Amino acid sequence: METNSSWIYTDKVKEHFLNPKNVLKDGEDFQADGEGITGNVKCGDEMLFLLKIKDDIIQDVRWKTYGCASAIASTSALSELIKGMHIRDAYQIKPDDVVKALGGLPENKIHCSVLGDKALRVAIDNYLEKTGRKGLYKDLGARIICTCLNITDHDIEEAVKQGAHDWEKLQEHTKIGTVCGKCRKEAEELLHTYVHIFGES
Amino acid sequence: MNNRIVYMDYNATTPLHPLVKEFMVRELDTYANASSMHELGRQARSAIEDARAKVGMLIGEDSATNTLIFTSGGSESNNTVFATMFHIGRNNKRNKIITTAIEHPCVLNAAKWLEAEGFPVHFLSVDAYGKIDFNELESVLDDSTLLVSVMTANNEIGTIQDIARVVELAKAKGALVHTDATQAAGKIPVNVKALGVDYATLSCHKIYGPKGIGALYIKKGSPIEPLIRGGHQEYGYRAGTYNNLGILGFGEAARLAKENLQTYQSKMSALRNKLRDGIEQKVPLIHINGHRTDVLPNTLNVSFPGAEGESILLYLDLAGIEVSTGSACASGSLDPSHVLLATGLGPELAHGSIRFSLGMYNTEDDVDYVLNELPPIIERLRSMSTVKAEDIAQTLQGVK
Repeated sequence: METNSSWIYTDKVKEHFLNPKNVLKDGEDFQADGEGITGNVKCGDEMLFLLKIKDDIIQDVRWKTYGCASAIASTSALSELIKGMHIRDAYQIKPDDVVKALGGLPENKIHCSVLGDKALRVAIDNYLEKTGRKGLYKDLGARIICTCLNITDHDIEEAVKQGAHDWEKLQEHTKIGTVCGKCRKEAEELLHTYVHIFGES
Repeated sequence: MNNRIVYMDYNATTPLHPLVKEFMVRELDTYANASSMHELGRQARSAIEDARAKVGMLIGEDSATNTLIFTSGGSESNNTVFATMFHIGRNNKRNKIITTAIEHPCVLNAAKWLEAEGFPVHFLSVDAYGKIDFNELESVLDDSTLLVSVMTANNEIGTIQDIARVVELAKAKGALVHTDATQAAGKIPVNVKALGVDYATLSCHKIYGPKGIGALYIKKGSPIEPLIRGGHQEYGYRAGTYNNLGILGFGEAARLAKENLQTYQSKMSALRNKLRDGIEQKVPLIHINGHRTDVLPNTLNVSFPGAEGESILLYLDLAGIEVSTGSACASGSLDPSHVLLATGLGPELAHGSIRFSLGMYNTEDDVDYVLNELPPIIERLRSMSTVKAEDIAQTLQGVK
């Protein structure tokens, strides 16, 4: 449609939303070497990533998502980004890289783009486990949040996946913030994000 | 792609009725301050009093003098009522506020403000169709109840409440009654006299008039405190120089809404039913939200599980179809529509909800166009979705 009013998203987001790349088609037989699902329909978004990998290089990718325009576009952009990439590099992709590839997202939509890289990591972990290298990249790209106890964002993510959905439970799982407590604000923000992503069901 | 625009978001706002527009253009030069004593001021004042009478007539108040004040819109009218309750209730044992879980945010947040100020506030729950439960109302109503505020009709799902019954029960306990009739007025008959409410809120831009103007009906003798203090305008209940153009436009919009009400209702319900039946026929696995019969004639709220609301909205938008959604993504928060959640709808259904609200410019052809464009969009989003058809079917089993 030709109008002068700008769309609420960038042209790249619009393009990916209208013509998403690498979506798994109904009935398509895609033999995945690694697969990962994250999110929760109850929270408004859920994502599935399927990877074909040869010699640790991502050959091909398919995905499905239940989500808004930002979620669809960011998954599509991410799927293009990782083709031909070594899984070690793919493992370190951050939501920000995807947002950049899309030419930006509205501030209140950033949280809709944080699922893709998580689902991707779950899929790579799944592949690593299948190839007998479970947890190989566990600390790769991890950021230390609690400097007293060397607890990373990945540790928080892992704890949430195992059911630590509030601050007390997170502390039980990780002992985070039990020394100086300075990391609490940042850690709680991450906790909130991960609970949203990995849901409560 | 074509340039066709099908606007089906009339509950959000309406375009000007062509006759309102004409009327306003004619009145553009009615510039005098209606508080002035001179000839021009008196002319402006007289035009404003005509408008007041016309707005009164829309809600069954034939002598609107002293009972109807103009405000900047629905939010101000609602806030005026709650601010009044603050003044009356803060040093009074009678201070309980009863409202519903599905009110517009301006009522919900005003009620939460009173709650934070120490007022006991009860939010009535609603059933699956959005109707309040009168047993619950009776059980929370007591001699300490100051105000019962229940919207006449809901903006998202269109469900109409039995306000006469609310008044009957509330009056038995000596409570005041307010109804937010913003979405109801002009769509269904509203008669404040017959209902016996103390306060009713109206907004002009929902009835094909200009934005920035609304009204509050105050029954003769019911207490009122100004929200905006200043001059003596509006019987001292609402200060500020008269918004001549807005008020005059409101009067004309109200006159037309009353005059056209029956035609409007039959046209809207025919189009809405055609749309509803068409969607039910053409799109599998859906859920119609709201009440089947006690519903605004123009409103249809549908959940399309497996597809997310913002995505549906934006695909429809690209086809020129303008609607709204109850999904979290469109609201800017992480929670979907509070109204749909209050009806007991699971978040997976609320996230996939679309509100079609029809209006005077819609035609049968528009409905056919939507019925053509919508099904492939839902099918496409569902095929992209992680949610499987059998999960959707199971989710729907739970609500039907």
